[in-house]
Amino acid sequence: MQSNSLKMRKAVSRLVKVLATLSAVIGLVALIWILMTVVSRGIGSLNFEFFTELPTPPGMSGGGLANAIAGTLVMTVIAAATAIPIGMLAGTYLSEVGKGTGMAEFIRLVNNIMIGVPSIIIGIFIYVLIVVPMKGFSGLAGAVALAVIMLPIVVRTTEDMLTLVPDSIRESALALGASRWRTTFDIVFRAAKNGLLTGVLLAVARVSGETAPLLFTALNSSYWFSGLNEPMANLTVTIFNYAMSPYTDWQAKAWGASLLIMVSILALTVTSRFIMKRQGRQ
Amino acid sequence: MKFLSAHRQKLPIATQALNPILEKSRNNRGVSDGVFRWATGLSAAIIPVGMLGLIIVMLLNSHLALKEFGLGFLTSDNWNPVTQEFGALSSIYGTFVSTIIAMLIAMPMGIAVGLFLVEWSSPKVESFFGTAIELLAAIPSIIYGMWGLFVFAPFMADHVQPFVNEYFGFIPLFDGPPLGIGMLTTGIILALMILPYVSSISRDVFKMVPSVIKESAYGLGSTNWEVTKYVTIPYALHGIIGAGFLGLGRALGETMAVTFVIGNSHRISASLFETCNSIASTLANEFTEASEPLYLHALVALGLVLFLITITTQVAAQLWLKHLVRKAGGS
Repeated sequence: MQSNSLKMRKAVSRLVKVLATLSAVIGLVALIWILMTVVSRGIGSLNFEFFTELPTPPGMSGGGLANAIAGTLVMTVIAAATAIPIGMLAGTYLSEVGKGTGMAEFIRLVNNIMIGVPSIIIGIFIYVLIVVPMKGFSGLAGAVALAVIMLPIVVRTTEDMLTLVPDSIRESALALGASRWRTTFDIVFRAAKNGLLTGVLLAVARVSGETAPLLFTALNSSYWFSGLNEPMANLTVTIFNYAMSPYTDWQAKAWGASLLIMVSILALTVTSRFIMKRQGRQ
Repeated sequence: MKFLSAHRQKLPIATQALNPILEKSRNNRGVSDGVFRWATGLSAAIIPVGMLGLIIVMLLNSHLALKEFGLGFLTSDNWNPVTQEFGALSSIYGTFVSTIIAMLIAMPMGIAVGLFLVEWSSPKVESFFGTAIELLAAIPSIIYGMWGLFVFAPFMADHVQPFVNEYFGFIPLFDGPPLGIGMLTTGIILALMILPYVSSISRDVFKMVPSVIKESAYGLGSTNWEVTKYVTIPYALHGIIGAGFLGLGRALGETMAVTFVIGNSHRISASLFETCNSIASTLANEFTEASEPLYLHALVALGLVLFLITITTQVAAQLWLKHLVRKAGGS
């Protein structure tokens, strides 16, 4: 390096700077390219019928994906209603009750590994656990698969957010004679409110775009569901099936569904970012 | 003395009067805190129990294939549902090669983006790119898949592959039909998907480098790049490796994006332009078609292989990060 002239060293430095800027620009271009594609190809399919009607066979014009929208909503709500309370309690255990114990350490390790398990593996797990014994694909199995994916995410964000609350707040509450659970739910949870909300929103955003775990649990359907024990239409598997089909009107519907999913997820992400920012300002 | 004893006599009377109230609240607290402990503890216990259940369930539903083929399941590339012969090698190969391509692209790019954000951009630019990175990470994988199949694969077939083939075709890796879909396209899309993870973690660890150290290096007359190379990157190396593990885990198990663009053929070819498959794409494509028990067990066994691969990287990542935290805490 010493033998290099200053000019040379400066040139290398400048080159690296250009390459780094280029990398950032490439990432940005990819993002814009994907967003533009989905918007421009999907916007045409989003009309009133898309949200209100059942799908039509290929070639027949009109129709919509109302059943898939409803199915995705139902499964996501069931998954959230199961995973959020359990996950928050488990996160509370890690941060408040079992803090510092070997048990908490072990559960945290398993939980972090669980977050990294590919969602298709969860699909297989639920298939052999629920679909095979129930002798059929079902919306229930789909919802459980989503809940299993959501649970470790909620556990981790809950723990992270509760850990941010300073100990002095807990000690003040306990010193005033509040019980442990009152301290946790009335004081610590209130202090971490925005962070917890953000975590929940991000977990919901994460599962509402999941496809792999639904492929062989909820499967898909072209009808309204009449119960949780039968295959349930959902947006993501519909996108997969329609995009892989040779029919252009189905492919157009797939783009429409992609746009709908993408906008919802990005809205959730931006909202959670906004909430987090407001937290930071307080 | 007299004064004290008088008070001593008074005190027990006061506590006696208060006792029932204190006792009651203490008991209540005992019960409710007991419920609180049990409820949180049981919820937390669900996680390791579920993990154990997952492993047991998968072993129980793959033993037919594991018994039938033994280790040959991992070393044979013959996957034929018609003759009921199942070898996982082509899927394992595809999983690893597509992940390697993704890592080769995403690691240097992600580190470069992290550097760009920390060293060379104003707070406004940084916050803008930070949001962009977050959005890139939030896009569901099925949309990456659709975009890959309908937009990026044709782009590769029309513009990139013929060009690469013409100039680098003498290397077997780049010798093949310009189909658009295939191993290389899959690797690039996976790289885009893990780029946000690598770059946001890189940014965070680069930020932790104390500016005093960097300023000393500048003071000695180093250029930007020399400070980066000799100070920032070595300082942040552990964190960068941790980011690599996280990206690795995601790329290995990614299903939908891969299924769209990899081509789904059970074979191993030298060319990166050829179609192939990965463990996850095989599962996504064939699971609902598996009617015979042996076929199903072979697929679950394939899932088990993927599970073991990802769990190994996850455990390695977790231990690595723990080691990192301990080191940071100690120094």
